Amino acid sequence: MQDKPIIELRDVIKRFGSVQALNGINATIREGEFFSLLGPSGCGKTTLLRMIAGFEDPTDGAIVIDGKSMQGIPANRRPTNMVFQSYAIFPHLSVAENVAYGLKKKKLSKAEIAAEVDKALSMVDLAGYGRRAAHELSGGQRQRVALARALVMRPKVVLLDEPLSALDKKLREQMQVELRQLQQSIGITFILVTHDQEEALIMSDRIAVMFEGNIAQIDTPEGLYRRPVSKRVASFIGVMNFLDATATGQDGTGLSLDIPALGKVTVPSSHVPEGMAAASVQSIGVRPEMLTILFDGKDRAESETTGKITGTSYYGDMTYYTVALNGVGAPVTVSMRNTAGRSVLPVGSPVRVGWGAESIVLFE
Amino acid sequence: MRPGHNSKRFSWLTIYAVGYMLFLYAPVILLPLFAFNSSTIIAFPLSGFTTEWFTVLLNNAALGESVENSLIVAVSTAILSTLLGACAARASARYRFPGQRGMIAFIMLPLVLPEIIVAVALLVLLMQLGLSLSLWTVIGGHTLICVPYSIAILSSAFHGLDRSLEEASFDLGETSWGTFKRVTFPLVLPGVISSLLICFTISLDEFIIAFFLTGTDATLPVYIWSQLRFPTKLPSIMALGTILLALSVILLILAEWFRQRSAKRQGVEASAAGGFL
Repeated sequence: MQDKPIIELRDVIKRFGSVQALNGINATIREGEFFSLLGPSGCGKTTLLRMIAGFEDPTDGAIVIDGKSMQGIPANRRPTNMVFQSYAIFPHLSVAENVAYGLKKKKLSKAEIAAEVDKALSMVDLAGYGRRAAHELSGGQRQRVALARALVMRPKVVLLDEPLSALDKKLREQMQVELRQLQQSIGITFILVTHDQEEALIMSDRIAVMFEGNIAQIDTPEGLYRRPVSKRVASFIGVMNFLDATATGQDGTGLSLDIPALGKVTVPSSHVPEGMAAASVQSIGVRPEMLTILFDGKDRAESETTGKITGTSYYGDMTYYTVALNGVGAPVTVSMRNTAGRSVLPVGSPVRVGWGAESIVLFE
Repeated sequence: MRPGHNSKRFSWLTIYAVGYMLFLYAPVILLPLFAFNSSTIIAFPLSGFTTEWFTVLLNNAALGESVENSLIVAVSTAILSTLLGACAARASARYRFPGQRGMIAFIMLPLVLPEIIVAVALLVLLMQLGLSLSLWTVIGGHTLICVPYSIAILSSAFHGLDRSLEEASFDLGETSWGTFKRVTFPLVLPGVISSLLICFTISLDEFIIAFFLTGTDATLPVYIWSQLRFPTKLPSIMALGTILLALSVILLILAEWFRQRSAKRQGVEASAAGGFL
């Protein structure tokens, strides 16, 4: 992956009548990366994608693709191709005719078109399906045809509008991996719109989390999960336990906190977000897998506290416990891997809960 | 429920169904019956089989002229109505604009207006404008009553068309006109053919408006009506009616076949897409 920008969004604003759909979006998408726009429905992610494609015009601001402003350039002259949520496979054309649709404009010979179509179809594992009619395809196959139809145009950017939402869980998980592998092998920039945080984490190089027409955070999947900038981002990506905390001091080593549910701790400076003042810390977050139930008396952790199990959810590989810590505040969620010889603890058991200073995320 | 009770109810239902079908179709069946009857008097018992009345039709110059007039009117009406209907159906399916529902309801109104009122109103209007009556005035009147049918048929075709199909075409580098030619038109074509056939059929049989608005060039129904005054002509009118009946049925079946094919192409359940049959 290079760091060369392929798409630049500069103060992009979109209003529909009196409704402000996007409030000044700024983002740079790099060439060859898999970039996701993640957010709940109505956050403006699809509108943003459609503006990049050229189906909507920004009310204000600029969209630059490959160094050229897209102002006034319609969808049919942009170096982008879209995979629609409904796939939009032309029902009156065969698979090969669908894939060849955009090539007709490119002044290629019949043989060249046929070769390009074959190449695109084998790229998406549909070699030999060219003569099938559109209605003979399964959901997963339609999705592949839509992708082949976009890739055959050799676009600078492929835009995907919730392409996996219509597939069942198994197929969706399989396609997530396949899409990611395909994108890495051909090196074209992909922009994915999704409301599924897990999907975004699995597939993306970077993710932009959007709420109500604003980008809340742009980061790598790991950065987003480990260092969410707000409580809202933290609770949108995975599960996060929030606990009240008061800062008691800050020095060169770190930021000292008093967390009633856990105890006193000093968060090392490397884990304190830049520019965050001690006085502004209101609460902390800790992921369920960063808390550990210390089973027998021998298990040790950096710090520990006590509590009582108030509920269990068994997932096969994992068990999620809700634990009331020291009787303070709402119970927290603790996830434990179900290793050999470790059975699920009954509700009501008193437990020791281990935790570490480095797993604590600070929120203002 | 006891089986006996069940079967009794079933038999009453059968009698009702048969009676209903007889009521609907018995008068129509009389047409071909008397068309092939050798007597000039339209009454039972039938006297013998003949195709004489069809031969009489073939040698009738005035009839030939009225058939020609009717074809001109019906073809023009079908094309005009379908063109206007396609524009309205597309607009109502694709765009949201103020007064949309009222406007569509207004266009559909001639469907329920008494035809005689429409005919009289049109006649008065034409007289006021000082226009002379001709086949063109009939075409105008027929287009007025056919457009609602055309909109009803084409609306189902345009509503079934996924908007993202046109966007996909545009996204793949095609122009607006190219998108219409390569995606939109092929997908609504069965609906267009269905609309053409139905408008053609409606115009071909239409009497009241044609009677009021036609000048010296009579259309086929007007010609038939004028011939009813002569009892000797009745059997050949029966023969003519038989031909028209067969033609109408064939055209309507064709129209429905095209409409269902259109729905199937777009992956919509045919019965859900609305229709006349």
